[in-house]
Amino acid sequence: MKPSALPAFQALFDEHAHAVLSFLTGAVGSSEAEDCFQETMLSALRAYPRLADASNLRGWLFTIARRKAVDAHRARARRPTPVADPDPGATVDAHPETDAEVWDQVRSLPAKQRRAVVLRFAGDRSYPEIAAAMSTTQDSARQSVHEGLKKLRRELR
Amino acid sequence: MTVDQTVTNRFIERAEAKGLIDVAVTTMDSPIGTLLIMGTTKGLVRIAFEDENRDDVLGEVAERLSPRILEAPRRLDPVRRELDRYFAGTLRDFDVPIDWSLTGQFARRVLRRTARIPYGSVASYGDVAVEVGTPRGARAVGNALGSNPIPVVVPCHRVVRTGGAIGGYGGGLPRKRWLLALESG
Repeated sequence: MKPSALPAFQALFDEHAHAVLSFLTGAVGSSEAEDCFQETMLSALRAYPRLADASNLRGWLFTIARRKAVDAHRARARRPTPVADPDPGATVDAHPETDAEVWDQVRSLPAKQRRAVVLRFAGDRSYPEIAAAMSTTQDSARQSVHEGLKKLRRELR
Repeated sequence: MTVDQTVTNRFIERAEAKGLIDVAVTTMDSPIGTLLIMGTTKGLVRIAFEDENRDDVLGEVAERLSPRILEAPRRLDPVRRELDRYFAGTLRDFDVPIDWSLTGQFARRVLRRTARIPYGSVASYGDVAVEVGTPRGARAVGNALGSNPIPVVVPCHRVVRTGGAIGGYGGGLPRKRWLLALESG
């Protein structure tokens, strides 16, 4: 049986590139967003012909983008986080793609809050992992996430 | 909304350098309307006139060849240059490599034969049928020409009816007349 046909990658790019880039700008900051964006799109293009299911291309792109954002955070951390990669199958998409405005707001958070929020929600990391990645205590990581969310709630109201 | 052109250009450059673009696509203006041009690493694979739906054309190539299709104009520069010179009347024979992957066995034979009809002259459907070894196959030849994936460069416009009637054209008769007039001028 023939799987549902994949559209030209160009169509995917035209439709979703902007949302992916703004998600990444929110997630890793504007200075690293383009690198992450390029890595995301190249990975996607490489894997594209083998993609079995064309029903949620946007979700698929965002899953790759989210992984690249987490990679960027880990690379930035002084020491590697002492944990394995999150299982991509287990972290079922929380539909970050539907929240482009939210990620736009995340971008405007202070750096510490932004990193904590991204690790928690884009990276799906536990507080001990976030603390390790940010070279800080669990309490402080929890505090940064809490402050970040409070600020987001105010901004998005 | 899409991303900044320089970001897009960098992506295209890197994708091309890594060999990840199976089919490059671009458009160009011409006296017979905007042309959509597609090329693989083997050569020119598709030309579409502007009245064909772009998404349909890309979708068909995605399905038949590869969905790794991106706007990468540079790969198609040689094709564009030859087409420009052809439309200006200064080029008679196209020299760009052709990728025949979108044609079946019979159509390929018909189109290869058609590609040898000299600039400025015409052949009949029957002539071509005889030359590809199917003397009674004028209609089949017509069908093969009608589905020519690379019009203009593979000059199916040079095939007309016995007796001089213009016959059909996948891109519409006004375009066929225009091309024949260009070549007789």
